[in-house]
Amino acid sequence: MATKLKPVDIAIVGLGWAGGIVAKELASTGLKIVAFERGAPRATNPDFMAPQVHDELRYARRHELIQNLRKETLTFRNDPSQLALPMRQLGSFLPGEGVGGSGAHWSGLHWRWTEWEHKMYSGTVAKHGKSIIPADMNLQDWPIDYHELEPYYDKFEKVCGTSGKAGNLQGTKIDGGNIFEAPRANEFPNPPLTSSHNMVLFEKAARDLGYHPFPVPASNASRPYVNPDGVALGQCHYCGFCTAYGCEANAKASPHFTVVPLAFKNPNFEARTNSYVMKINLDSHGKRAVSVTYLDAVGREFEQPADLVILAAYVFGNVHLMLHSKIGKPYDFKHNTGVVGRNYSYQSMGGVAALFPRGTHFNPFMGSGALGTWIDDFNSDNPDFAKLGFIGGGGISTGSNSGAPIGRHPATPGSPRWGSRWKREVIDTYHRMTSVGSQGSVMSYRQNYLDLDPTYTDSFGRPMLRLTFDWQENEFRQMEYARGICTEIAQAMGAEQVLSRRDRGRYSIVPYQTTHNTGGTAFGDDPKTSALNKYLQSWDVSNVFVVGSSAFPQNAGRNPTGPAGALAYRLADTLKDQYLKRPGRLA
Amino acid sequence: MTDENTSAPKLVNRRGVLKLVGIGAAAGALPLASGAADQVMHDMHHEPPKQNPDADLAPVYQFLNGDEAAFVEAAVNTFIPSDDAGPGALELGVAVFIDRQMNSGYGRGDRMYLQGPFIEGTPEQGYQLRMTPSELFRAGILDVNAYTQAKYKSTFDGLSEEDRVSVLSQLERREIELPTVPTMYFFNLLLDLTMQGYFADPQYGGNKDKASWKMIGFPGVGVMYADKIEAYRNKKYMSGPLSIQDLL
Repeated sequence: MATKLKPVDIAIVGLGWAGGIVAKELASTGLKIVAFERGAPRATNPDFMAPQVHDELRYARRHELIQNLRKETLTFRNDPSQLALPMRQLGSFLPGEGVGGSGAHWSGLHWRWTEWEHKMYSGTVAKHGKSIIPADMNLQDWPIDYHELEPYYDKFEKVCGTSGKAGNLQGTKIDGGNIFEAPRANEFPNPPLTSSHNMVLFEKAARDLGYHPFPVPASNASRPYVNPDGVALGQCHYCGFCTAYGCEANAKASPHFTVVPLAFKNPNFEARTNSYVMKINLDSHGKRAVSVTYLDAVGREFEQPADLVILAAYVFGNVHLMLHSKIGKPYDFKHNTGVVGRNYSYQSMGGVAALFPRGTHFNPFMGSGALGTWIDDFNSDNPDFAKLGFIGGGGISTGSNSGAPIGRHPATPGSPRWGSRWKREVIDTYHRMTSVGSQGSVMSYRQNYLDLDPTYTDSFGRPMLRLTFDWQENEFRQMEYARGICTEIAQAMGAEQVLSRRDRGRYSIVPYQTTHNTGGTAFGDDPKTSALNKYLQSWDVSNVFVVGSSAFPQNAGRNPTGPAGALAYRLADTLKDQYLKRPGRLA
Repeated sequence: MTDENTSAPKLVNRRGVLKLVGIGAAAGALPLASGAADQVMHDMHHEPPKQNPDADLAPVYQFLNGDEAAFVEAAVNTFIPSDDAGPGALELGVAVFIDRQMNSGYGRGDRMYLQGPFIEGTPEQGYQLRMTPSELFRAGILDVNAYTQAKYKSTFDGLSEEDRVSVLSQLERREIELPTVPTMYFFNLLLDLTMQGYFADPQYGGNKDKASWKMIGFPGVGVMYADKIEAYRNKKYMSGPLSIQDLL
């Protein structure tokens, strides 16, 4: 039986970027706020100290910072005709666990989405008409546009010390930045990181081909930096242990040392770590959240009454808690009705490997998570959808991120995976192999969704979340088109062999692809197609707000952290300026 | 480096004890390949002490039994043999690495979902067995040894190099169907563990003396490249390499 605790004003579920930002921004209210984090407390010292944190086996292979599936996982199937089975080992995506969430082990690619990426439906229809949209595609607009979000994008970049170069400063296009980006009020807070050899080759090749290369916006600080909150970030060491690792230099922005410590400026803020929120409890009418039920580290059950509940877990956690708590109408694939679990999307990772002549030295071990050069010429709505036969696009890039050899001991296709010949091949290839990658948008479809599994339960006895997802024709076409561009650029860079890495197979949960899952609690203007209104408030239970990538109606061809963080800053303003003054339905 | 357990006199003692264990094992035809056992005997009776007293110690296996250890030593030596291109997996301690990993939380499946029902799914749905990695590993070794006993009248470790290559190649191509575990899962686990041990930081028991890092030109875990990434564009860079323990 749950022990009932004294009421608080606000309960926040999850202490990654989304929950950390909201907790920090609400610190000035002095309200009683409790944040629940399923994982452990975390600090750079002692948790991410060098040299111990530079341990490829522990972090990149054994997934030290990632969700423990023994406690909680999901089931997966490619289509509704199949029986979904549990994800028993980590693979396709790696949601974080512990204070900082996925923001502790991310790479740091820190984007603003373009104007079209916030208005994919109306932007596409305006250009091409409704007939271009496939019948099973649930293409939707965000209920707010880029310009409404711009100040929050700006704020989040400054907090993270993002390193980059503007390509559109207040409408003026700037060569060397991303000329396809939406207008920004300010330059990046830090200059771009230093390019590696493959990036220099990519930049020249892309320019020669008439494209517009630019440095990837990186929340890996290119110089020592103090953010507007007074938090110091160190200069990036380019140590090559970034993605999947914590950063000992505090050069990679992470919630655990930026926003979360500042939430504690509120004497009434409390973080309960190693605490799993099981359920949001509603009143007898199902219209108001009254408390959250959680288990502490040893498994004792508590009920925490709260006036306001903010779901800021990973995508799957937000959707799971909504469904399990019966907040909002669950999505029904058969009738394309209901909203919670609808609009699940992912991202496609494609491209080519490129082998350069002997004597080339890429020094892959010199790098950082977000060090890269990118083109948007074939991303967003820059491709001609009508001519190419797909909606969406992809960013095309090369970077230098890690040379750690368990993960990186490349060999050319057709060469053996072991034996003396394999060894010679690896020695011959290690320094002269690089890649040109494509990161593609994925639209939402009627048949790709999240719901509760009828068979499997997690370690707490709750029905698991069930993921139904497969690639669709639209995405295959985009990937194939992007692969052609990647090949063209790799050849122009001087590759002696270009090696293609993808076929048209079904989506598999086994190999790692990307931790850019989105959707399931889409926000929008129509309660028939969105779980949340434009203020990220549940249409049905007005004292529940949901923030993070689960709010995106579909996914773009670039990383989701920038808009997720911007939405969290906007939500904090919504709460301070509107909801807390007059609690109730805002739309 | 101030831990008294690493001081020289204790190391010498430990070495003596371990050598005896090694000889015992060899006499029972257990973990050491016969060449390695001969080497130990040879060292005991004829060789002056080596400079690095740890270099030729017989391994103590914590998880693998004698048959399993012999299998693993033979398999890693076949996957990555010692040759003029670079060191072999066995000499770098990869069998010890695998032993430690199978005995670890990872080997015991501490972060896997292992509740039923267990149903064979599609390849896209991934691993659906109720076995932890160490259970799968153990069952796979029994399976392969049963196969080689039937075909060659010998356990895998007793086969000629040519036959070992042939068996591993057939496993890789799934031309041998193992009776207990799916061939693909066992083969991939065995190969992945070998690569992990060969390339991981030496603290885990493999990659002795950072030899694989030296071989491919990976400078290890301790270099800051902020002032080097531009200076070394398209130029060879190598230092050390440095392991985690080197930096403590």
